[in-house]
Amino acid sequence: MSKKRYFDPEDLKKFGQISEWQKPMADKFFAWYGEVFKEGALTEREKALIALAVAHTVQCPYCIDAYTTTCLEKGADEEQMMEAVHVAAAIRAGSSLVFSTQMMNHAKEMTM
Amino acid sequence: MSIHPRTQTLARRHSPLSDTFFQLEVLNGRAVTDVKVPLFAETIRQAGYADGVLMPTRIEIFQVNVGKLCNQTCAHCHVDAGPDRKRENMSKETFDQCLEVLRRYDIPTVDITGGAPEMNPHFRWFVEECRALGKHIMDRCNLTILLAHERYRDLPQFFAQHQVEIVSSLPHYNARRTDSQRGDGVFEASIEALRLLNEVGYGQPDSGLKINLVYNPTGTFLPGNQGALEREFKAQLQRRYGVVFNHLYAITNMPISRFLDYLLESGQYETYMQTLLDAFNPAAVAGVMCRNTISVSWEGYLYDCDFNQMLDLKVDAPCTHIRDFDLQTLEQRCIVLNQHCYGCTAGAGSSCGGQVA
Repeated sequence: MSKKRYFDPEDLKKFGQISEWQKPMADKFFAWYGEVFKEGALTEREKALIALAVAHTVQCPYCIDAYTTTCLEKGADEEQMMEAVHVAAAIRAGSSLVFSTQMMNHAKEMTM
Repeated sequence: MSIHPRTQTLARRHSPLSDTFFQLEVLNGRAVTDVKVPLFAETIRQAGYADGVLMPTRIEIFQVNVGKLCNQTCAHCHVDAGPDRKRENMSKETFDQCLEVLRRYDIPTVDITGGAPEMNPHFRWFVEECRALGKHIMDRCNLTILLAHERYRDLPQFFAQHQVEIVSSLPHYNARRTDSQRGDGVFEASIEALRLLNEVGYGQPDSGLKINLVYNPTGTFLPGNQGALEREFKAQLQRRYGVVFNHLYAITNMPISRFLDYLLESGQYETYMQTLLDAFNPAAVAGVMCRNTISVSWEGYLYDCDFNQMLDLKVDAPCTHIRDFDLQTLEQRCIVLNQHCYGCTAGAGSSCGGQVA
């Protein structure tokens, strides 16, 4: 067990071990997780790109490593992956900027 | 339209990996690295193959590697082919010995590979002779050869005339991904070559002329689902460039020759071998190509597959040369296994015809 650092890439391989302390919930989670990423109305590549974008939003290093690999496996290229991250970044930036309307409302009330 | 390799052959670089024995030492953790992967034979024994032995089913594909000469120098090439490999080219005498075997036995498919097989001076004659014997012919064509010189410009018509099935590498519909593996300018030239093949009917519905593309990862990851990749490649190549093809074969990169060199140089050898081992799929073992293929080298030696050929692991049978070819003896041989075999059993498996499980 590492005591010196957070986010050891080796820990990603231990993800399955979460079932050791709560098996029924973990089993349900992994079954659902597997189902989510199967090809459906969206392709596996599209789902991997969404996951990559979300991984950047939640800033999860494990997820970024895992879904970079998955995106490449599913045939995504650098442009697609970077565009996905820009989508995440744009929503993050927009979600800050859109609150400025509140700032503007409030400032307008207070000023002549 | 010219292409510029990003690497040189191991032979030209005088790399120790140009020695096949040295490669086997690396794969077994006795040179360069001490990484030891469980013995492949032991892994398949645990998967239910008695004594860790793999036997052929029936020889249906006669794969001829006509030489190492190629107009490209791809970063992952398992043959270490390139423009400097002028010496290693099959002679007329060896081709004649191949034809004698093909005449004698009912082996339906002749799979011609290289290098760029079309650069061998006897290539067209050999194709014509095989057709005269009623064989189905596959040519592993790198596409760019069609544009490499005036003398290759009529190859599409030649292929069509002899109903040759074309199998061509195109690792991505993105130019940067493709060129990073195959050399600068290769993508653009490949698309142009695909257009020329499409023009004579290849890939067109009801033409009977097949062009299949080979996808292999442009890095240390495994190929994804072959069917999903095929759908994506078809849609993207049609939309972006208006080119069509029949099937996409997803092939895993084999940790030998120039890809092994890349793995060692980039410090990713251990991770890649672990990736292959973690993805070992017992169900893929049954469908590996060495079970229905015999591979012939430019010198006429016999191997279980093109990868064993490149490691100089000759067939474990009394006849190891084409002049002594005996089908019954060869079909009773044990396939020679080594650590690179994990490359064909990872995930959905890998063969010259794509995924197997």
